[in-house]
Amino acid sequence: MNNAAQQTTPVLLKTPLWQLHKDMGGKMVGFAGYDMPVQYDGMGVLKEHLHTRAHAGLFDVSHMGQALLTAAADPAAALEKIVPGDMTGIAPWNIRYTVLLNDNGGIIDDLMVTRWDDKTLFLIVNAGCKDKDFAYIQKKIGGQVKLQPFPDRALLALQGPQAAEVMARVFPQAAAMKFMTAAKTRYEGHEIYLSRSGYTGEDGYEISVPATYAVAFAKKLLSYGEAKWIGLGARDSLRLEAGLCLYGHDLDEQTTPVEANLKWVIHKRRRAEKGFCGADKIIGQLQNGTKKFRVGIQPEGKAPLREGTELLSAEGKKIGVISSGGFGPSADAPVAMGYVDTAFSAVGTKLQVLLRGITRPCTVAALPFVQHHYKKD
Amino acid sequence: MPKTFFSEDHEYIRIDGNIGTVGISDYAQKALGDVVYVELPKVGAKVKQGEQAGVVESVKSASELYSPLSGEVVEVNAALGTDPAAVNQDPFGKGWFYKIKISNDTEIKSLKDEKSYNTYIQGL
Repeated sequence: MNNAAQQTTPVLLKTPLWQLHKDMGGKMVGFAGYDMPVQYDGMGVLKEHLHTRAHAGLFDVSHMGQALLTAAADPAAALEKIVPGDMTGIAPWNIRYTVLLNDNGGIIDDLMVTRWDDKTLFLIVNAGCKDKDFAYIQKKIGGQVKLQPFPDRALLALQGPQAAEVMARVFPQAAAMKFMTAAKTRYEGHEIYLSRSGYTGEDGYEISVPATYAVAFAKKLLSYGEAKWIGLGARDSLRLEAGLCLYGHDLDEQTTPVEANLKWVIHKRRRAEKGFCGADKIIGQLQNGTKKFRVGIQPEGKAPLREGTELLSAEGKKIGVISSGGFGPSADAPVAMGYVDTAFSAVGTKLQVLLRGITRPCTVAALPFVQHHYKKD
Repeated sequence: MPKTFFSEDHEYIRIDGNIGTVGISDYAQKALGDVVYVELPKVGAKVKQGEQAGVVESVKSASELYSPLSGEVVEVNAALGTDPAAVNQDPFGKGWFYKIKISNDTEIKSLKDEKSYNTYIQGL
């Protein structure tokens, strides 16, 4: 038996919760330069995934990059040069999902932007991208904004249908928060950045706490019983079922937001004004379409389709590739996403894959595979 | 009395006469995590020692299954199609993969018995 996915990297960073993961049975693996729990003893990916959808899952996402973007005037105007979203229009304590673009309109990273006030934005970026993101922001708009990374803060995500009741015991104000809003608060003497957001398709929160307070805070959330630690394995299957992109797999610097089926991140005003990196290419794609397009792929049968598997038309011509895929425990079926030639991107299009010498049918499927349960009102 | 041998790739083969039952070890099922899909060889197929005979997939990843000995497949565990979790729950019982008619006894020399396999995995 050979498991090519299991490889170790020599020097790995540790989050402030590393020892707690080890103490609580975390099976640690290298991910984006960090030694992270992929699953926990006594649970495993399947149970952790289902526990999150039924109860509440606690995720250590401290490896992700947190930073403040400030300016004498509004830093959003400068940020709009490198993202296609409406940054100046974000109301205080609201959050937007957006993408950082290179000059060709390719995606350098996807990120969350929260407005604190008229001079301050709070950014959360992917762990594996944070160094290049921060360097890119500095290079492109460093003259107009001040970027202040927060390496001394931890980030936790509490996700699932019971996340709200658990969170309300700690922060009573959390219950009334809507999806994609945020708040700054204090707890036990520590400054906390709370947001109603996440990346599992479930209702939930992300909570930024000082690194020195992370262990005590995590233990507090776990003490109520509903929430359990969830590792990276289930984090991946949850986001895949929710149809959410994983950077470096479903998104990369050669892919534009139009190709990535993220047209909605390109704000209407910005389409008219342009003025962001790669705008000409992206506006052209909005008008004329793209060659490739990200879609959901539903395999027939039970064999999971993994990243890199080639997608073929019904006639057997190569028309695309799987960008991420695996087994969806809530869907109780294999699920995948991939890029296909746009002519084959309509939901319901019959495709096939050649897997281990056997041709197997699959279908272009609507995303998400499992309905979102966000707290929208 | 059947005797069980192991490969360094963590497949086991339980030999009873000239029939060997193949599966993956308890160590292997733990390392893989929740098995969600298994692909087995066809009855009648000739498998060779150390060559791929099937696939075992967890939620997260796919792993190749190498045959611990050469032979002809005489039976496969079709129940794994609907209950792949048996590989985790009962790797040496309900979680078996396939049975072969062993074609070359001398290959057994390159496998480990239970005691030396246990020593081997302690060193991993």
